[in-house]
Amino acid sequence: MIKKTFNRMYDTDIGYSFFNSKIAIISSTVFFIIFLCSFFAGLVAPYNPFDPASVSLMDAFTPPIWSDGGSSSFFLGTDQQGRDMFSTMIYGSRISLIVGFASIIFAMFLGVILGVTAGYIGGRYEIIVMRITDVQLTIPTILMALLVDGIARAVISRSMHDEMAIYVLIFAIGISEWPQFARVTRASTLVEKNKEYVSASRIIGLSNIIIMFKHILPNILRPILVIATIGLALAIITESTLSFLGVGVPPTTPSLGTLIRFGNNFLFSGEWWITFFPAIFLVVLALSINLLGDWMRDALNPKLKKR
Amino acid sequence: MSLLEIKNLNISYKTRKETIVASSNVNFTLERGEILGIVGESGSGKSTIANAIINLIDPPGEITSGVIKIDNNELQNNEEIIQKIRGRKIGFVFQDPQTSLNPLFKIKDQLIETIQTHLKLSYEDALKKSINLLEEVGIEDAYKRIEDYPHQFSGGMRQRVVIALAISCEPDLIIADEPTTALDVSIQYQILELLKKLTKKRNLGVIIITHDMGVIAETTNKVIVMRHGVIVEQDNTKDLLTKPKSTEARSLVISVPPTNKKIHRFKLISPDGKEITSSSANLTKNIIKTWGIRENTNKKLLKLLNITKIFDDRSISYRKKLIDEKAVKAVNDVSFELFEGETLGLVGESGSGKSTIAKIITGLVRPTTGELEYNNFSLYNSKKKYQINKSRGQIQMIFQDPYSSLNPRFKVRDIIAEPLKFFQKNITKHDLEQSVFDLIDIAGMTRQSLDRYPHEFSGGQRQRISIARALATRPRLLICDEPTSALDVSIQAQILNLLKDIQDELHLTMLFISHDLPVIRQMCNRIIVLKNGIICETNEAETLFKNPKHQYTKELINLMPKIESII
Repeated sequence: MIKKTFNRMYDTDIGYSFFNSKIAIISSTVFFIIFLCSFFAGLVAPYNPFDPASVSLMDAFTPPIWSDGGSSSFFLGTDQQGRDMFSTMIYGSRISLIVGFASIIFAMFLGVILGVTAGYIGGRYEIIVMRITDVQLTIPTILMALLVDGIARAVISRSMHDEMAIYVLIFAIGISEWPQFARVTRASTLVEKNKEYVSASRIIGLSNIIIMFKHILPNILRPILVIATIGLALAIITESTLSFLGVGVPPTTPSLGTLIRFGNNFLFSGEWWITFFPAIFLVVLALSINLLGDWMRDALNPKLKKR
Repeated sequence: MSLLEIKNLNISYKTRKETIVASSNVNFTLERGEILGIVGESGSGKSTIANAIINLIDPPGEITSGVIKIDNNELQNNEEIIQKIRGRKIGFVFQDPQTSLNPLFKIKDQLIETIQTHLKLSYEDALKKSINLLEEVGIEDAYKRIEDYPHQFSGGMRQRVVIALAISCEPDLIIADEPTTALDVSIQYQILELLKKLTKKRNLGVIIITHDMGVIAETTNKVIVMRHGVIVEQDNTKDLLTKPKSTEARSLVISVPPTNKKIHRFKLISPDGKEITSSSANLTKNIIKTWGIRENTNKKLLKLLNITKIFDDRSISYRKKLIDEKAVKAVNDVSFELFEGETLGLVGESGSGKSTIAKIITGLVRPTTGELEYNNFSLYNSKKKYQINKSRGQIQMIFQDPYSSLNPRFKVRDIIAEPLKFFQKNITKHDLEQSVFDLIDIAGMTRQSLDRYPHEFSGGQRQRISIARALATRPRLLICDEPTSALDVSIQAQILNLLKDIQDELHLTMLFISHDLPVIRQMCNRIIVLKNGIICETNEAETLFKNPKHQYTKELINLMPKIESII
């Protein structure tokens, strides 16, 4: 059964390209390990760093297991509050991935709807949408996110802020990523729109909504999927940057960026592991997603594949 | 000693899943002063052989064995010799003159570069030679035009420049891969005449690769028929066209639409070599049951009155509804009527506005001015809005390109079922299934094909699916926009037979658009000849062919390549 499914996957061009690309296999394995670890953080992590009962200040600043003074109960050492580094990283990556996925889905939703409608309807509507994306693209992602965060701080009361922080972050990253999707979707829609199957649907009399989302959209999913993958890595990095700058998620539920920020304070006093491991973890995560995205772009684009 | 000699040539493409044999055991020779035609269906390996001669086979393809000799020099897989011979001894004419010249260089530079690469000539001599070449291929004011860029030439002129390039280094052999397929009839004629003249004058050997039997009949001395990479028959042109022996050659010759008479149905040759006349008459019973019996009343179904269409690229900044006298009118003051049950042909060269008229009737494009009436109901006039919804489903269209006219993400079943569901919202599952079966039966496809995706089918099969989809809305008017121009001749014959059957059984009215006069003659009762958006002549089909009145019609009919010319 499994063998059969595997053979069928191997038989498709994309499957073949996947199983013959070491980079694709390694990066996807790494990504899925991280993904599963963070999804089942409660089972994988030896401690729950957010449970005050399991944390003891006595254990603070324990170095990694192989250093002098390392403890066998804390594999990668502990931070300044005595939390197990390995566990906080697993829990932290969960926040990072949630924010990354949610913001990219939000950006995709907005960008694809605007892109398809702009490409298909055309005229003034298209001009307005595309000029908005042009303006949006001139504002750097970080600046946009800081702006949204600033507004959110002014609008939402202080007590609510920590709870809302993650949603603000998702919105901030999503709103700065959608123009990519809108541009690619519009360009692909313009190509598909002139194909004869779209004319055939129009002659039958199908409504524009059905033509756009049932006929055109499935045919332009490939490029959208590619930028979504690369965008996911970007979103995770943006989230970490914002958290590093202190405008991201609150310290009570630290993400990878927050962890790096904490550790940064101790970098020069000898406790290097507090910032080093989350940073490496972030690099590995972002790199694996990026490599996966690169492979996907090559595999899904037959024109690049030939040479 | 022959100019070109090919012995036991084997070429194969190794892919992951299989090795595709593009040519196996190909043997032929070509003498000086001879024009050899290579014909065959698409994918039969015609172009592969041409590319093999100049060693331009794309990887993963490779020559696995065999000998290619020019003047007794072996060429295969010998890049050094090939470099010297390519361009010097062999000239190549490509299919599409739009892309085979570099748009960034003047004609002068492209010619001189080629000449100086192969011949030891000074710049002045090369320039002089270039001008002479352009004159030889029939470009007027050559010394002036040589300073122009490719985009300043028309398609036919560009193909002449390409031919000039091909003969610039006095080659012995010219290979022309579909040299006139992208060109209009009148220009095709000139180019073929030019090739014939040059062959005689310069004592060249010429290989013409084409799918057009008319071109073969009018130009070649010898013909090779290929199928699946194998030469199935080679003979001199006259014998092959009059007494074809192999099934493939017979099938090719018999499916060519005759230019001098109208036939009832095309004869087809089944793979075992027997003649068959397919008929879908009994398959339409179920459809007629659900549609109700229709009768041809000969009443007026469609009326176009003074329709004009201007494509205006300033539509956003410039919204005035004024008609600019200088604007190019894609369709210019066209009026005609279409009566129930007839087949009206629209003929014209590229850019004559045929497709635009089809798009206006189907509501894909809005006319600039004029009136459009369907079944005595106004769809468009100067006062009212476009009310194309009133004719939805009644008018359906079959498109030119079978590769883009079906949604690649839909199964065939869903492609056919979608219009059914759209027009009959309350249809039961069982009725829907039955209707889909009926439609696929008429189209001449198996029911198993319903669960497959369009990419699994050939061009002809896709066109059949298109027909099934068009019939799903129970149309009265079927618009066929070049439905067979992307297909091989034998497939074209099948599709045309199918369209005729369907029309007879279901009493459809058809508007048949084509640039191919023989096809139009076989299909239509009445013909409209279009040029640059203006109607030149409207007449009964047979009268028009026997007794054309307009100068342009006469020209078209005289210049079309005729397979009968040799018989």
